[in-house]
Amino acid sequence: MNDLPEDLQYSVNHTWIEVQSDGSMRVGITDFAQEQLGDVVFVELPEVGRTYAADEECGLVESVKSASDIYCPVSGEIMAVNEDIEDNPEKINTDPYGDGWLFQIMPKDDSETDALIDVEEYQEHIKEE
Amino acid sequence: MPPSLKHTALYDLHRELGARMVPFAGYELPVQYRGIREEHLHTRKHASLFDISHMGRFILMGKNAARALERLVPCRLEDLLPGRQRYTTFLNTHGGIIDDLIVTADGEALILVVNAARKDRDREFIEASIGDDIEIRESAEHSLIALQGPDAAAILGRLNNDCTELRFMQAKTVDILGIPCHVSRSGYTGEDGFEIAVPSTHVEFIARRLLDDERTRTAGLGARDTLRLEAGLCLYGHELNEDISPVEAGLKWIISEVRLATDPGFYGSDVIRRQLSEGTHRQRVGLLVEGRAPVRENTILVNMDGETAGRVTSGTYSPTLEKPIAMACIDSEYTQAGTRLHAIIRNRQHPVTVTKLPFVSRRYYHGPADSDHCIN
Repeated sequence: MNDLPEDLQYSVNHTWIEVQSDGSMRVGITDFAQEQLGDVVFVELPEVGRTYAADEECGLVESVKSASDIYCPVSGEIMAVNEDIEDNPEKINTDPYGDGWLFQIMPKDDSETDALIDVEEYQEHIKEE
Repeated sequence: MPPSLKHTALYDLHRELGARMVPFAGYELPVQYRGIREEHLHTRKHASLFDISHMGRFILMGKNAARALERLVPCRLEDLLPGRQRYTTFLNTHGGIIDDLIVTADGEALILVVNAARKDRDREFIEASIGDDIEIRESAEHSLIALQGPDAAAILGRLNNDCTELRFMQAKTVDILGIPCHVSRSGYTGEDGFEIAVPSTHVEFIARRLLDDERTRTAGLGARDTLRLEAGLCLYGHELNEDISPVEAGLKWIISEVRLATDPGFYGSDVIRRQLSEGTHRQRVGLLVEGRAPVRENTILVNMDGETAGRVTSGTYSPTLEKPIAMACIDSEYTQAGTRLHAIIRNRQHPVTVTKLPFVSRRYYHGPADSDHCIN
């Protein structure tokens, strides 16, 4: 069964979101998503300093077999990206909630979190897929 | 999963082993069990069991079956000795490839193993092209499995040592655990290995016995694709189609000079003859990719001036080389190994280099090491 940390928020596009003390959000893909993808061999991260809208494509994860876009879970500016996974993309498979994180974003305003879902809602969501 | 998809006789075993099933050529088949990379590397190191029962298996019976079938292919078949196999293609009148297949001479009969997605087209083509005196039937009572990898001979040899005497592209009927099976030393991974036709009633029994050997693991369609790509082998619908000839596809070696020189020729022989003397405008090549981004099918390739040079026919990440690899159909002026081109991925240019195929050496078994027949 998929491991779903309860203290995280989620998006319907299979990203997890961890709110940091400064209000920024750390984003990665869920264990469910990495398992669906299979062995990740390439990742394209968003540009630091660039602003993305919610649900906008902001990156890409490719496995041996297929490519999946990463959708930005909230509107905001990219503060940092996990450069380490560009050279070690397999960390998205082995540690999706830890070393496999993708980027950190500063949401445009507080209302940005309204579209995010909690762990129960995400669990329901993946049951339907 | 669409309800109309067919199941192979190993469907329950696949589910039991935790396979992820996908629709493929009308069947629900395992794309992976544990992960493509692991399954791929295990095949190169030990041995993997593949369910390839979706492939078409036709039996041709009739005194002149070989001669009649020669009209449809660019190779000789009348000289094919019993227990020998030959890789060939069905050609249309333009020299385009209708399908690629392996023909095995089995006593009086010819066994044809064809691509799943081309079964109907092949059958229609064969029936329209050969006489009524030749009977064609699909061997529906058999399932096909493949055991591939450097340990395959030792594993199958435990069940019947006669199998280990077969050389690459040889076949025979043997008893495995009391079940009559048709075994050939062939495959689609570039490794030594076997393809085994087993009565469907007993295929799960034999598959489980092969998996009892700790060196054997299951592998799905995903690993089958990365393995064949590393081995530089063509896949129908990608490197091969009805608009591509064997000359363009880098399969000149399957064309028989005797057949080209003899009347009547074969469908498309005029085109093939002209292509061989004048050359072709395009060719299949391998591409080594710089950087980590995989170059996928249909990616456009351009030269240093940005002019179109061709397109990618198959692209993946190579678990053996740990980098992206691809095959492409490109204009003949760029086919020299070492030629630099650019792949256009998401509006960005990624450098690629034309390279000789295969990416990973094939390790077929051509006989004992001290034998004159050893080609390795």
